Amino acid sequence: MGKAGGEGPAPGLYVHVPFCRGKCPYCGFHSSTDLTLVPPWLAALEEEAGRYREAFPAFDTLYLGGGTPSLLSLGDLERLLAFLRRLFAFAPGSEITLEANPDDLTPDKLRGYRELGITRLSLGVQSLEDRELRFLGRRHTAAQAEWALNAALTAGFAAVAVDLIYGLPGQSLLTWESTLNRLLTYRPQHLSCYQLTAEAGTVFKARLEQGEFALPGEEDGLAFFLFTSEFLGDQGYCHYEVSNFARGQENISRHNRKYWQHVPYLGLGPAAHSFAEGRRWWNQADLTAYLKTLARGETPVAGREVLTPEQLRLEALLLGFRTRFGVEVGLLLAAPNGQENLARLREAGLVELSDGLAIPTREGLAVADRLPELFLE
Amino acid sequence: MQQIRNFSIIAHIDHGKSTLADRLIQATIMVPERLRRDQMLDTMDLERERGITIKSNTITLPYVAADGQEYALNLIDTPGHVDFSYEVSRALASCEGVLLLVDASQGVEAQTLANLYLALEHDLAIIPVINKIDLPQADIPGTKEQIRRELGLDPESAVLCSAKEGIGITEVLEAIVRRIPPPRGSPEAPLRALIFDAQYDSFRGTVVSLRLFDGEVRPGDVIRLMSTRATYKVEEVGLFGLSRQPGARLRAGQVGYLIAGIKQVSDTRIGDTITLDARPAAAPLPGFKEVKPVVFASIYPVSNDDYPALADALEKYKLNDASLVYQKDSSAALGQGFRCGFLGLLHLEIVQERLAREFGQSLIMTVPGVRYEFTITDGTTLAVDNPQHYPDPVKIKETREPYIRASIIVPERYVGAVMKLCLERRGVNPHFSNPSPGRVELRYDLPLAEVIIDFYDKLKSVTQGYGSFDYELIGYRPSDLVKLDILLNGEKVDALSMIVHRERAREWAVRVCERLKEEIPRQQFKIAIQGAIGGKVIARETISAFRKDVTAKCYGGDVTRKRKLLERQKEGKKRLKMVGSVTIPQSAFVAVLKTKNE
Repeated sequence: MGKAGGEGPAPGLYVHVPFCRGKCPYCGFHSSTDLTLVPPWLAALEEEAGRYREAFPAFDTLYLGGGTPSLLSLGDLERLLAFLRRLFAFAPGSEITLEANPDDLTPDKLRGYRELGITRLSLGVQSLEDRELRFLGRRHTAAQAEWALNAALTAGFAAVAVDLIYGLPGQSLLTWESTLNRLLTYRPQHLSCYQLTAEAGTVFKARLEQGEFALPGEEDGLAFFLFTSEFLGDQGYCHYEVSNFARGQENISRHNRKYWQHVPYLGLGPAAHSFAEGRRWWNQADLTAYLKTLARGETPVAGREVLTPEQLRLEALLLGFRTRFGVEVGLLLAAPNGQENLARLREAGLVELSDGLAIPTREGLAVADRLPELFLE
Repeated sequence: MQQIRNFSIIAHIDHGKSTLADRLIQATIMVPERLRRDQMLDTMDLERERGITIKSNTITLPYVAADGQEYALNLIDTPGHVDFSYEVSRALASCEGVLLLVDASQGVEAQTLANLYLALEHDLAIIPVINKIDLPQADIPGTKEQIRRELGLDPESAVLCSAKEGIGITEVLEAIVRRIPPPRGSPEAPLRALIFDAQYDSFRGTVVSLRLFDGEVRPGDVIRLMSTRATYKVEEVGLFGLSRQPGARLRAGQVGYLIAGIKQVSDTRIGDTITLDARPAAAPLPGFKEVKPVVFASIYPVSNDDYPALADALEKYKLNDASLVYQKDSSAALGQGFRCGFLGLLHLEIVQERLAREFGQSLIMTVPGVRYEFTITDGTTLAVDNPQHYPDPVKIKETREPYIRASIIVPERYVGAVMKLCLERRGVNPHFSNPSPGRVELRYDLPLAEVIIDFYDKLKSVTQGYGSFDYELIGYRPSDLVKLDILLNGEKVDALSMIVHRERAREWAVRVCERLKEEIPRQQFKIAIQGAIGGKVIARETISAFRKDVTAKCYGGDVTRKRKLLERQKEGKKRLKMVGSVTIPQSAFVAVLKTKNE
């Protein structure tokens, strides 16, 4: 394999840490609570990483996601980063993100992260209401979250990102506003505000279907969405992706942006996805299967696809319409009635044009998944 | 000839006609196990499913009667719907008698009565047969009383049987032999044979079902069809058994088939007389009519790519259904298609279903209409059966539409409901009579256009199934007609246009707009649905746009899944129709035809 993405922007590296202390009822991701599997996972990861040695030019982002990466001991984390740095090149000033749960953080851990070179801490706060945190099955309280937030912000990271969930059963715009208000007193560099959805196969979905509670309907969902965008906009956060807000352009997640703009990335660990040179491949999702395959010396890749130019165009549409980076107008005009439909979207106030790009407005982002279908060939 | 009996079984739906036919076949012919199945005469899946006969089938049953003689009993099956009343009349014209089947648990019903009239019209011997006598709820004395009172027949002449249990089958066969007269006619006279059916065989061409009244016909004879004067050389004649049984000849009195290199079923005419070219009969048999389509609709392939396949399917279908007529049609919304003419609404449904089932065609069918007449200012008359050919309104001097005379027979208690229905459908000239105590025959002149969409269903529903309905066309009458257009976001959907009476226009417009609102999925933009006459909007509905439709997360693993969703949509899009920016699902074109309470 030649060096993927040798020209153009530097690629990103993702490592999936498939461990959690327990399963959150709303989360559809694969994770294991058996921490005795951490050492074999690290070994397998090193084995897998070795397979891609020399395949990519220097990465300028590393994202440790999960699962719950903050479950790892500092020692395990150190070992992980050591072999990654040994096997791959990282550009100076790389963005190195670690996802953390507030209940895992201690002053020692935060200091350790800094010393290991973590530049960006992504904190799973989710809510600052204890009642909501209990509903979500989180193991931390609002007070713990605020402590962690404060500690992270004073620990010297280049950026602290906060994940929040809104649109909970019974939540009003007022309680959501108060969570945002309290949170904004800390002025984190980045915010992800996810509307709660019921993922297939989750406990949460089953409870929803049994009618234990209801999620906001379309109009309420829209009200939450627009309120969040406007409120955070007023506070200086740019709404650059459906669920993502940055305090100034410089705080946009460099790593996530690669997913949305077809920049190459390598994903390591179970269920991780990779993309380079118009190809995409993904690993076995199950940790045990992943470990066994690598132990046999085989590739953990479970599937791959080579994207046709039309598939790349479709992806550019579906990804582009979800971000304020937008879609190149040329890609829209390639579709029958493209010109006409683009004009209609502008007229409806869903899209605006700027520098040859069609950029979704706030209202456009709210229906982003519906926009690409107007430009099918 | 003395050993031949020609008969049909006539019955109200579900009174056990097919079961009795099966029993008669089993009692007289050794049916190999592998061929045995329910409703042996109903060969189409559609017939077995709906329990109605669409194409009739005929079979000769060899029977040694109690008198020791062997008889040939020709059972002539008849289609069971008003759309095919002409075919029924030709089948009955081929018989000397009928079995009038009455369900012992249901008694005499509307269709029983209508069938009795048909049989009386043809001067046939009538054998009442009381079926289902094995059922616990069977009421034999009550049924006999009804036969006496309502049908005016001798109740003691009724034969009791249970076709399901095989009880009384011999009695039925003996009654056929004893009470139905043998055919008359002269084997020496010039050939006169009545065509009562024709079916297509992919190997042999058209197989004509006929009843010989005079003369005889053999392979090698040159025959002439008296209405078209076309001549053919006979290749094969024979009797209908479980399969065709070729023979040396067919003679006066017999029922059988003839194969003569006739390519298409439409080259023959049901009711036509076959004679010999060398020695023609002086006059054809009476009762021949040219059957003309009265209901028109356009059909389009769901995907434009399938147009050649649809053209091919129609051509093949037409081989076996002479009554379907069609020509090319096109629509801005639906692309290339065909304008078809049908005998009636059931015929339309049958064509639609058979094209779907037997030829795998996915179709969109437009709202059925009739053929209207327009007198233009220059004095010429235009016949228009397609709303797209509606003349320029300023040049129209007079508009006329076809009327029928409907005959509806119902128990007295439903008269009010039927009158209301007929008035809603612009019925005029009511006449009432009492064919039998407790029953009323209502006659109304109705515009055909008001009858072709869901009239029969409505009638059945307001009379709880007791209403029988028959009609004849009585010609054109002046009528105030307009063209109703349906617009989506201001663009006309030509395939939804229709010609309607001015007073009914608003009702239709509202109905279509409502249906479309239910069927058209919400889209990225607001959709305005309007019904308009000329430029004047008379009904409107709005479909609001999507306001929030986006998933919260889209990271590495989500992209492929989302793209595949989009790719599936792209595939599905081929099956949707676009009018301007509005996507219309196929179901919308079907939905406008359905009544609300369905």
